[in-house]
Amino acid sequence: MNTGDSLQKKNNLTGWAFVLLAVVGIVAFYFYPMIQALLLSFKSGVGANLEFSGLSNYKRLLVDTTFRTALSNTFIYLIIQVPVMIILGLFISVLLNDSTLRFRSFFRTAIFLPCVTSLVAYSVVFKYLFAPDGMVNQFLMGLHIIGDPIQWITDPFWAKITIIIAVTWRWTGYNMIFYLSSLQNIDQSIYEAARIDGANAFTQFFKITVPLLKPIILFTSITSTIGTLQIFDEIMNITKGGPGNATMSISQYIYNLSFKYSPDFGYAATVSYSIVILIIVLSIIQFKVAGDNKNG
Amino acid sequence: MAKAKAKRIFTYVFLTIVAFVSIFPFFWMLVSSTNASVDVTKGRLLPGSAFIDNFNKLIDSTNLVQALGNSAIISVISTLLALFIGSMAGYGFEVYRTKSRDVVFNILLLSMMIPFAAIMVPLYRMFATISGVAPVIGINTMAAVILPTIATAFLIFFFRQNTKMFPKDLLEAGRIDGLSELGIFLKIYMPTMKTTYAAAAIITFMSSWNNYLWPLIVLQTPDQQTIPLLISNLGAGYSPDYGVIMTAIVIATLPTAIVFFIMQKHFVAGMVGSVK
Repeated sequence: MNTGDSLQKKNNLTGWAFVLLAVVGIVAFYFYPMIQALLLSFKSGVGANLEFSGLSNYKRLLVDTTFRTALSNTFIYLIIQVPVMIILGLFISVLLNDSTLRFRSFFRTAIFLPCVTSLVAYSVVFKYLFAPDGMVNQFLMGLHIIGDPIQWITDPFWAKITIIIAVTWRWTGYNMIFYLSSLQNIDQSIYEAARIDGANAFTQFFKITVPLLKPIILFTSITSTIGTLQIFDEIMNITKGGPGNATMSISQYIYNLSFKYSPDFGYAATVSYSIVILIIVLSIIQFKVAGDNKNG
Repeated sequence: MAKAKAKRIFTYVFLTIVAFVSIFPFFWMLVSSTNASVDVTKGRLLPGSAFIDNFNKLIDSTNLVQALGNSAIISVISTLLALFIGSMAGYGFEVYRTKSRDVVFNILLLSMMIPFAAIMVPLYRMFATISGVAPVIGINTMAAVILPTIATAFLIFFFRQNTKMFPKDLLEAGRIDGLSELGIFLKIYMPTMKTTYAAAAIITFMSSWNNYLWPLIVLQTPDQQTIPLLISNLGAGYSPDYGVIMTAIVIATLPTAIVFFIMQKHFVAGMVGSVK
C-alpha cells in the first residue's frame, strides 16, 4: 500500500467522522420516525395498545368526512393563499427594485417585519384584531365599507378568509426578500434594450422578470406549499379549527386524533401519510410545470 | 410624462398601504400593552400608562419568568448544538468530498420534505418509550424538546454552500502547521466563517424560540412551559385581559426582534445565500 492510498483512506474516514453526528441525528429523528409512522398506519387500537389491522385505517380514511373537510380546507388555503402571496411578493419587490424610489429601505424593513413574530404570537394578535368588536371591524365600519361587523372568526367562510389573510401577512415579506435579491442580480441593460424595442412595463415584467426569476419563484412556491400543507399554529390559536370543523387543517386533525380525542396513533399515522403523498405529488407537479415552461 | 408621474404616485400609495398593514399589528400590540383591557376593547390607539400594571398582573398570574428561562435555555442549547453538528457536517461533505458521501448528502436533503405532522406521533412514542428507561431525556424534559432539532438538513446544506467559498489554501496551511483535521475545523474554519455562523445562529435561534407544536406535545406540565405555550394558553381564555396578553406578546417578540434588527444584514444574506 503506498502512502497516497492510506492518506486517501484516512481522509475518507475523517470525512465520515465529520458527518457522522448529523447522519445519526437525521436518521434517528426524521427517517426512523417516517418508517415507524408507516408501520403504525397498519395498526389500530387506543393509546399504547396497538395491534396489526391491515388496511383498515386506509379504508377508514376513504370514508372519513372530517378528513375530507380538513383536506379540502387545507387545499383552499393552498390554492388561494400561495398564489396571492407569491404574486403580491413579486409585485412589491419589482416596485422596490427601482433605485430612484425614496424610503426604499424603510418599505423593505416594514414589509419584512412580520417575519420576526412567532406564529403563535401573531396568531393571537390577529385573533383579537379580527374579533367582532376588534380593530378591523371598527376600521371598516368607520370607513362605511361595511354596516354590521363581520363575524371573522365564527362564520365558516370568513374564518377561512381570516386564516388566509393572517398567513399572507406573515409570509409575503419573507418571499419578497428572495425576489428582491434575485432582481438585484439582473443586468439593467436587458431592460434598457427592451425599452428601446418598445416593450412596456407589463411586457417587461412577463417577458424578462418572471422568466429570469423562475428558479426562485419555483423555490418559494415549493416551500410555501410545504408550509401551507402543514399549517397548524395559526389554526390552533385563531379559530381552534372551528366553527365546527370549517377551518381545521390536516395537521390539526392529526394532532386531535393523537392528543385530543382518545389517542388513536395508528389512524393518525395514516392521515399523516396523506400529507407526505401530497407534498411529493405537488412538488413533482411544480418541478414539471417549471421545467416545461423552460423548454417552451 | 403624466403617465410616469401617475405610476410614481401609485407606487408610493401602494407601498405605503402595504407598509401600514405590515406595521399596524405591531403598533397595536405595543400600544395595547400600555393600556388597560377596557381601553383596548374601545379601540384606543394612543399609549396609556397601564404597562407596569399589566406587567405585574402577568407576573402574578403566570409563570412568565420561568417560561422565559425555559425558552432561553432550550433555544441557546438547541442553537449551539445544531450549529456545531450542522457546520461539521456541511464542512465534512464539502471538504472531504466523495461519491458515496454525495449520495448520503442527497438522502439527508430529502428529510427537508418530511412534514413534522407526519413524524410527530412516532417521535412522541419514541420519547414516551425513552421516559421508561432514561427519564432525564424523556417526556417533559428540555432534552426531549432539544434533541429532534439538533440535526437539520437545512443547516448542513447551508454550511456546505458557504464552505464552497472557504479558501482551501487555509486547509493546507493548517496541515503544514501540524494541526489535526479537527483542529483545522475548530481553529481555522470556525473563526473564518464567523458571518456564516451568525446568519445560521439567527435563523436557528428564531425557529427554536418560536417552536410551538413539538413543545406542545412533549411538555405537558405548567412549569415546563415555553413562551409560545404560555401565550397560546393566555389567548385561549374566555375573558381575555387584552392588556396583559399584549404585554406577554411584546415581551416574547422582543428577543427575536432585537436579534433581527442587530443582525438584519446577516439574516437576509443568510437566507438568500442558502438558496443560491
